[in-house]
Amino acid sequence: MKSASWPRANPLEERLLVITPAAKQGRYIDAQIKDLGDILRAGDLLIVNDAATLPASLVAGDIELRLVGHEADGSWRAVLFGKGDWRTPTEQRLPPRRLRVGDHLVIASAFHAVVEEVAHASPRLVRVRFTLSEAEVLAAFYRYGHMIQYSYLTRELNNWSTQTSYSSRPWAVEMPSAGRPLSAGLLLALRRKGMELASLTHAAGISSTGLDSLDRLLPLRERFDIPQRTVDAIAAARARGGRIIAVGTSVVRALEGCAENHQGRLVAGVGETELIIGGKIHSQPNRLPIADGLLSGMHEATESHYQLLQAFAPAPVLAESIRMANELGYVMHEFGDSCLIISRGE
Amino acid sequence: MNVKNKSVLITGASRGLGRALALKFAAAGARVALVARDPEPLEQTVAEIRKQGGVAFAVTGDVGEKQAVYPILGQAAELAGPIDVLINNASTLGAVPLRSLLDTDCETFEHALAINTIGPFRLTKAVLGSMLVRGQGLVVNISSDAAVEAYPNWGVYSASKAALDHLTRVWAAELAGSGLQIISVDPGEMNTKMHADAIPDADVRTLADPDDVAARILKLVEGGRYEVRQLAASQSA
Repeated sequence: MKSASWPRANPLEERLLVITPAAKQGRYIDAQIKDLGDILRAGDLLIVNDAATLPASLVAGDIELRLVGHEADGSWRAVLFGKGDWRTPTEQRLPPRRLRVGDHLVIASAFHAVVEEVAHASPRLVRVRFTLSEAEVLAAFYRYGHMIQYSYLTRELNNWSTQTSYSSRPWAVEMPSAGRPLSAGLLLALRRKGMELASLTHAAGISSTGLDSLDRLLPLRERFDIPQRTVDAIAAARARGGRIIAVGTSVVRALEGCAENHQGRLVAGVGETELIIGGKIHSQPNRLPIADGLLSGMHEATESHYQLLQAFAPAPVLAESIRMANELGYVMHEFGDSCLIISRGE
Repeated sequence: MNVKNKSVLITGASRGLGRALALKFAAAGARVALVARDPEPLEQTVAEIRKQGGVAFAVTGDVGEKQAVYPILGQAAELAGPIDVLINNASTLGAVPLRSLLDTDCETFEHALAINTIGPFRLTKAVLGSMLVRGQGLVVNISSDAAVEAYPNWGVYSASKAALDHLTRVWAAELAGSGLQIISVDPGEMNTKMHADAIPDADVRTLADPDDVAARILKLVEGGRYEVRQLAASQSA
């Protein structure tokens, strides 16, 4: 499947492959995002990740730091890249010079990143602390940082092209892109048709480091915040027989990570998860995913993202969906087309 | 809406009505994120609120710049929490002394539109989606009677506020039944620097105190029954 080099002008016209694995041999419908109101049912609950995207790429001389995650003690984990710009695919970027604990990376005269830890897994994964207060660091990210870019795009992204229509707290270092085509107008139309909306915040991390050994560790530990209103909305949807549709794998990871942390129950509040979701929910093999369906971008079968899809549809159904998407001319990745897997409540 | 523990973003918050709104909302228990271009007076307002036991944060930014929108909203949401109330208060008269439209530079009009109309449009557009998925939210656009009256020499300000008023009406129509509210409030004539810039020889005894107007706007917000365009002047609130 080809990568989308830029989103379509009208997100509602982006393509949507609706996959119903429970139907005999799977059922596939070639639709568009604007059809969501006809595909979903009154009473269904759509849960989005409202994390806004930070300008998470910081340049300090010959090194680029890409923020990966915020630690509870105020430090940040980051992946380092050597010389080169966003037009070079990450796997072809030069490695950075080797850093040691205590090294200062000078982003601006009063804005340094001090290396506090170099990971055993790779010298390119570090933990740094910035030389400013928490509130000042955020302002400095906006002042000096750039949006993480994708080499397959034709244009450079700015902070308008990397936000969902419902973005709020800037916790994500890359856009939670499954929700990108959901315009506020479409969400309002879904509400008017009787679908419910709810949100959580999940600190969606980096999608690729360009280094196989590091990519195998992804996704790293990520924090989330699930409001009580969303926990209640899930219970209410269950009670009325509505389906719970997660918008993006980050929503699945937050819900399942939360349930994993609380013996299978959803509890409102802030948490962290290292859960890797594959064909089953780890440690509780008999528990089904909380969501009955998943709206997601189109991705290749080799990506970690694809592993998570297997919690919603068996591998042969997913393989067939990719074959069909290819045949139908779908485009993939962050700015491409989408699929909606409805695994229960067909 | 009870504003206690609500996240309230106020633009133009370093002086005049914006500063008064910041103090009133914070005193009522709101977590206020205050926006202005100049950090110094903003920090002073934040310090005053914190001294009184309130929760306030300063966010430096220019609402007239498109690329400032997400930095403003991101910092405000992170510091004060996902935004429940947006008060688009920042505004400019254009050139002072005020002048007729015949003598108004094109750039002056464009600048006034950027601050008074397009800035609020961008901030509102960027915040409404997050309010929608959380099921509630209120946007208050601070307007003026100049939006409905054709005062000579006020053309740039008038047209920008009239456009803001009409944006408010259309938005309110589009959002009907969504749980989100958007209103326009005419604060009346107040004893502020902006008023002094516009009418230097005005009798200040005839002007409302911004603190009193801010209290009325807070009461209006807490009352929870909104009309799309409202007056906050003493005789009508």
